[in-house]
Amino acid sequence: MTQTFIEILRRALDEELARDKAVHLLGEDVAAGGAFGVTRGLAQKHGETRVRNTPISEAAITGMATGAALCGLRPVLEIMFIDFATLSLDCLVNQSAKYRYMSGGQLSVPMVVRTQAGAAGGAAAQHSQSLEAWFIHVPGLIVVAPSSPLEAYGLLKSAIRMEDPVLFIEHKRLYTMRQEMPATVELPPIGRARVARAGDDLTLIAYSAMVPTALEAAEELARSGVSVEVLDLRTLLPLDMETIAASVSKTHRVLIAHEAVQNGGVGAEIAARIGSELFDELDAPVTRVGCPFVPIPFAPELEHALLPGRENIVRAARELLGTQG
Amino acid sequence: MTGLLGALCRIRQFELQVQRLAAAGEVPGFPHLSTGQEAVAVGVCAHLEPDDKLFTGHRGHGHVLAKGSDIEATFAEIIGRDTGLCRGRGGSMHLVDAERGVLGATGVVAGNLPLAAGAAWAAQALGSSNVSVVFFGDGATGAGVFHETLNLAALWKLPILFVCENNGVAEFTTREEHSNVSKVSAFAAPYAMPTKTIDGNDVLVVHAAAGDAIAAIRRGEGPYLLECMTYRMAGHFVGDAQQYRSKEEIAAMREKDPIERLKRNMLAQGVAQSEIDATVERAKQDVLEAVERARAAGRPAPSTVGEYVYKSASLDGISG
Repeated sequence: MTQTFIEILRRALDEELARDKAVHLLGEDVAAGGAFGVTRGLAQKHGETRVRNTPISEAAITGMATGAALCGLRPVLEIMFIDFATLSLDCLVNQSAKYRYMSGGQLSVPMVVRTQAGAAGGAAAQHSQSLEAWFIHVPGLIVVAPSSPLEAYGLLKSAIRMEDPVLFIEHKRLYTMRQEMPATVELPPIGRARVARAGDDLTLIAYSAMVPTALEAAEELARSGVSVEVLDLRTLLPLDMETIAASVSKTHRVLIAHEAVQNGGVGAEIAARIGSELFDELDAPVTRVGCPFVPIPFAPELEHALLPGRENIVRAARELLGTQG
Repeated sequence: MTGLLGALCRIRQFELQVQRLAAAGEVPGFPHLSTGQEAVAVGVCAHLEPDDKLFTGHRGHGHVLAKGSDIEATFAEIIGRDTGLCRGRGGSMHLVDAERGVLGATGVVAGNLPLAAGAAWAAQALGSSNVSVVFFGDGATGAGVFHETLNLAALWKLPILFVCENNGVAEFTTREEHSNVSKVSAFAAPYAMPTKTIDGNDVLVVHAAAGDAIAAIRRGEGPYLLECMTYRMAGHFVGDAQQYRSKEEIAAMREKDPIERLKRNMLAQGVAQSEIDATVERAKQDVLEAVERARAAGRPAPSTVGEYVYKSASLDGISG
């Protein structure tokens, strides 16, 4: 029987709460299930002191999760929308990320900040953004963005077991995606990408909800004889350049696709790294597909017009292959 | 009282040395002195166990020393040596001494408040008797996170002592220019948090009030806000010309000086002048010797600059 992303994520939290008494969930409405129902039932099962509701005070609860992580807890904080993480930034950037470094290794912050991002269903400009690029600029943070229910299950469990602060970004469009839960799931290591589809002609790098879109594009391209290798980054910070290099050395052409605004996005960093570290492997310039430089609009027609999708990827891939001569 | 005098004088002498060496170019960055406010640190920390957690801010040398951190290691950190508390990674505004419960100093005003509440939450969740203490200035009450944290601490009945050092001046401007609320203790009332405003320049008054507050917190009565009215004898940072202060105001400082006040108090209670002088001299010598040892210590090797970014073994030495 298949389960949704939300149900499988809930199972990961449930198991981690049972496995380690130091794990505590914290956030707005989490005891009631959270805005999307991810934590539903966990307070009843594990107690309201371990699954704890907070006021709408993102700055304070991010600081509290950090302070508690310094003192033996492993908090999993929910920030309802990544757009609201703007209110957590002082703590995340100035404190959580830097504690280990500034203390000369005395302290660390084993904390996960679960948040939800991306555009879907007319959530408009303040509830739809993809702000991950801000966070990959901060030494000391780990940034994870799963692409499926089972990936999220394993990555969240791995994230909770890390000794450093992790920003765990769930895409709202994936919440209804269904997969079958196998008997056992091997926990993926943080910091390693995965080959989601093997191919020879082009490396298509994606993460989060853009991975299923990239796989659809790869399928369409396959029908016209183009063999695309799709990489699912899984972890945006640190970047798995090893897996990227192995693929680029095989295909010699790279397309990077993400939903975030293209300007200054994660793709820019990847393109720069490939350009400087793998220049000799390239047969064509690294190409990016991202959101135009516009806030996310409300009306469905506008939202649809703005978001990069399968067609954008296919078009960019064909152009890229055309330049190959 | 001799012990309190010694503690006050060690902090005073420590910061005089910071000031002297900053003028000589030996202190990188922007050290902020607590000169004149030492009684708050000493009076409060006298009640803390090593496992109690302390959070401070950019003006935190005194709190760290009063909590028991080694003078030499603290000074070495402030001058950026490898033997410093944080191996030269933190500096004056980011002192951490985990073994003594000094869990950090944040350079962003008010950022330390929720961290301290989080430490208090951990103590509550783990069933420990530790309290969490956070020092901040009246300037921090302008930040939204101050109010968020007060609300949460009261709501969750956290074992935390909020110590406001109300020196009447936030950086370069006076409290009157920042807020219509002159007493910080007024902010505790809506949350039904016990609070007291006291003379923060009388170490005996601070000692007594902090003792009561911490005892109540340890009994499980929840958070407490102690407002200590004090006076920053130093500028905002070393080198601040203090043009916002009148000559008369500066001249009146000596009357308020917590060290002079304790000395007068001790004399009035029959302590011999010679004993007072000996205590002051011993504190001075202790600090001067520690400072010289700190100055003689090695600097961090440039090759170690990338250490301590991540703790997780799998991420050791990653470059982004």
